[in-house]
Amino acid sequence: MSVLRIYVEGIGLWSPQLANFAALRDVLAGATPELPAARPAATTLPANERRRAPESVLLAIEAAGQAVTMSNRDAATLACVFASAHGDQAITDYMCATLARAPTELSPIRFHNSVHNAAVGYWTIATGCHAPSTSICAQAASFGAALLEAASQVVAEQHPVLLVCSDIAGCGPLRDVTGSTQPFGSALVLAPQAGASARARLDLEVTAGSTVDPLVEPLAGWRVATPSAAGLPLLALLAGTKNGRCQLAAAEALGLQVDVEHVT
Amino acid sequence: MPTFMTPLAVTAYTATSAMGCGLAAQLDALRHARSGLRPNDISTTPLDCWIGRVDGVEAIALPAALEAWDCRNNRLAWLGLNQDGFLQRVHAARARYGAGRIALLLGTSTASIDATEKAYRQLGPDGAFPDDMRRPAVHTPHSLASFVAAALELDGPCLTISTACSSSAKVFASAERLIQLGLIDAAVVGGVDTLCDSVLFGFNALELVSTEPCRPFDAARSGISIGEAAGFALLERSDTAPDAPQLLGYGEASDAHHMSTPHPDGLGAELALNDALARAGLDAAQVDYINLHGTASRKNDEVEAALVGRAFPATTRASSTKGYTGHTLGAAGIVEATIALQAIEHGLVPGNLGGETPDPGCGPQFAWRNEHQRVDVALSNSFGFGGNNACLAFARAGFVA
Repeated sequence: MSVLRIYVEGIGLWSPQLANFAALRDVLAGATPELPAARPAATTLPANERRRAPESVLLAIEAAGQAVTMSNRDAATLACVFASAHGDQAITDYMCATLARAPTELSPIRFHNSVHNAAVGYWTIATGCHAPSTSICAQAASFGAALLEAASQVVAEQHPVLLVCSDIAGCGPLRDVTGSTQPFGSALVLAPQAGASARARLDLEVTAGSTVDPLVEPLAGWRVATPSAAGLPLLALLAGTKNGRCQLAAAEALGLQVDVEHVT
Repeated sequence: MPTFMTPLAVTAYTATSAMGCGLAAQLDALRHARSGLRPNDISTTPLDCWIGRVDGVEAIALPAALEAWDCRNNRLAWLGLNQDGFLQRVHAARARYGAGRIALLLGTSTASIDATEKAYRQLGPDGAFPDDMRRPAVHTPHSLASFVAAALELDGPCLTISTACSSSAKVFASAERLIQLGLIDAAVVGGVDTLCDSVLFGFNALELVSTEPCRPFDAARSGISIGEAAGFALLERSDTAPDAPQLLGYGEASDAHHMSTPHPDGLGAELALNDALARAGLDAAQVDYINLHGTASRKNDEVEAALVGRAFPATTRASSTKGYTGHTLGAAGIVEATIALQAIEHGLVPGNLGGETPDPGCGPQFAWRNEHQRVDVALSNSFGFGGNNACLAFARAGFVA
C-alpha cells in the first residue's frame, strides 16, 4: 500500500465551543476556554461581503483564515479543497420551503449561494486565489475523504493545499433527517515538504473498513452533533505533544489511517 | 507549471441526455443536428422556457436493494449505468482489480435535491417529512455517489465533487492523481444532474434562462436552457488498454472574480486551458476540436469566444453542444467529455447547434455545421459558479504528443 507523507503547517478551528485551535488544546488540558462570538468573524472577507455572507461561508472562511495565518503562507498561492457533508442546510431549507410555496419568489442571491462550492468561491475571490479549488462531500466520511483528496493533490502536484471541512447546523424539517445539530469547522494547511512552518508530519494510508477511533468527552458529543467534526481524532493528536495514530472514515467501506509525528 | 502526465486509458464511457440513452443515440442526434430540447413540461409551477429532459426516467424502478436511494436523480443514474454495457465493464474491472482498488468519483450539483423538494411539498401536519421521505441517504449532496457505489459494489475511495457546472470534469483530475499515486488501479468517474424546481426557478431568478431553445454563441442569444443527464467513464492505466482512447491532460483554475459571472478576460478559463495543454504536452495547434462550455449566457459565450480566438489557430475546430442537451449543469463535464471522445472515434466535429447568426466575437475556429475530419486531440471546457474552471484533453489511442 502506498503511504502519502504530508506536513501540517497551519490549523484552524471554529465551533460554538471553540474559537480556535488553541481552545481545543485548553479543553484537552482540562481548562475552559473563552467561548467565541456568536458568528464566526471571518475577517478574510471584505466587510461588505462579511455582512451579506451566509453562516456556512463565514464558518468555512473563519477556519481557513486561521489555518493560513498560522502557516505563514500567502492564501493566493494555495490550492483549495473545501468539504461539507450537507452544504448550506439553512439555504436548502429556505429554497425547498420557498419552492413548495411560491417558486417564482426564489431569491437569486440565495440560489447562487446554494451551490456547494459557495464557500470556496468566496474564499478564492477574497484572497485573489487562481489556484485549483474544489468542493466535495462524502456524507459522514467527508473529513477523511477530503483529507485523502487534499493529500493526493499535495503529493501528486507537489504544491501546498488548504483543506477545510465545515457544516452548519440543520434547519427546519431537514434537520430531523440530517441529525446535524451544531456547527463545526476545521482547516489544515498541508505541504509536500518539511518547511519552516511545519508542525507535524502525517503519514496517510488507506485501509479496508472504516472503523473510527473513540473520543473523550466533550469531543465525542461534538462528533455526534455534526459530520464535519469527524476530524477530531486527528485534531486532538495535533493538539497534543505525543506522536500517535488515528483512524478516520474515508468512505463507506474505506478507512484512512493517519500517523502523526510532531515536528519541532 | 504542471509536469507532463502519463496518459490514462478511457476503457469505457457512456452518456444519457435529452439526445437519448447511450452513445448510439447521442451520435445519431449529433449526426442529424437533432436537438433534444422541448418546451418545459416538468416544473411543478409553469415556467416559460425550454428544457433538455430525458424520456422515461419516471418509469425506472431501482433494484429492490437500492430502493432507499429512490429519487429522480438516482433513477437517471441507474438508466445511465445500464447503457453501452457500462455496468458489465465495471463488473469486469472489479473482478480484475478488486472492489477496494477502484475509486468512484462523481460530480453533481443537484444531487437528489428533487427528493428534498418533494418532501417539503408533502410536509405533514406536524411540519415534518412524511414517513416514506425520511430517508437520510437521499437528503444529502452525496446521495448520487453513495447510490452508485452500492449499485456497482465498489469499496474504494468514493467522493462527490460539487463545483457547480465544472463538477463532472474535475472528477477526471482527482482520478488521475489517485491512480498516479498507486492508491487505486482504476476509477469510475462521471456525473448526474436532474431537472428540478431548484435549478429551473433558481437560474430563472438570476435571469439566465431563455424562453426559447438556447442559442450558444448566437449574436441574439438570450440565455440558457437547462437539461439533465447522466454520464460515466472508466479510467485505467494506458498499458492495460493500448487500443483505448486516452485522457491526456486536465487543467483546473479559479477566476477569483465573482460568484455567478465569469472573469471578463477569461483568466481562470485560460489558466485551466494552459494547465491542461502543459500536462498533456500539447501545443494549442495540435488540438483538432474543442467542445466549448458555451451555455448561451451573454457573458460566458463572449468570454469563451475571445479565449478561443486568441489561443487557437483556425485549424482547431470549436463548438458548443448545449443546443442539443441544454445545460446539464453538474453533468455537463462528463456528457461533453463523451462528445469529445465520440468526435475522436467517429471523425465528427459537431456543429454549434442554435448559432444561426454568429456572434461577431466568434473567430474562424467555430464549426457552425457538422464537419467530417480526422480528430486526434479533443478538449472539453467546463466552467462553474464560484469561478471554477476545468479543461480536459483527450486523444485517440496511440497518439503521442
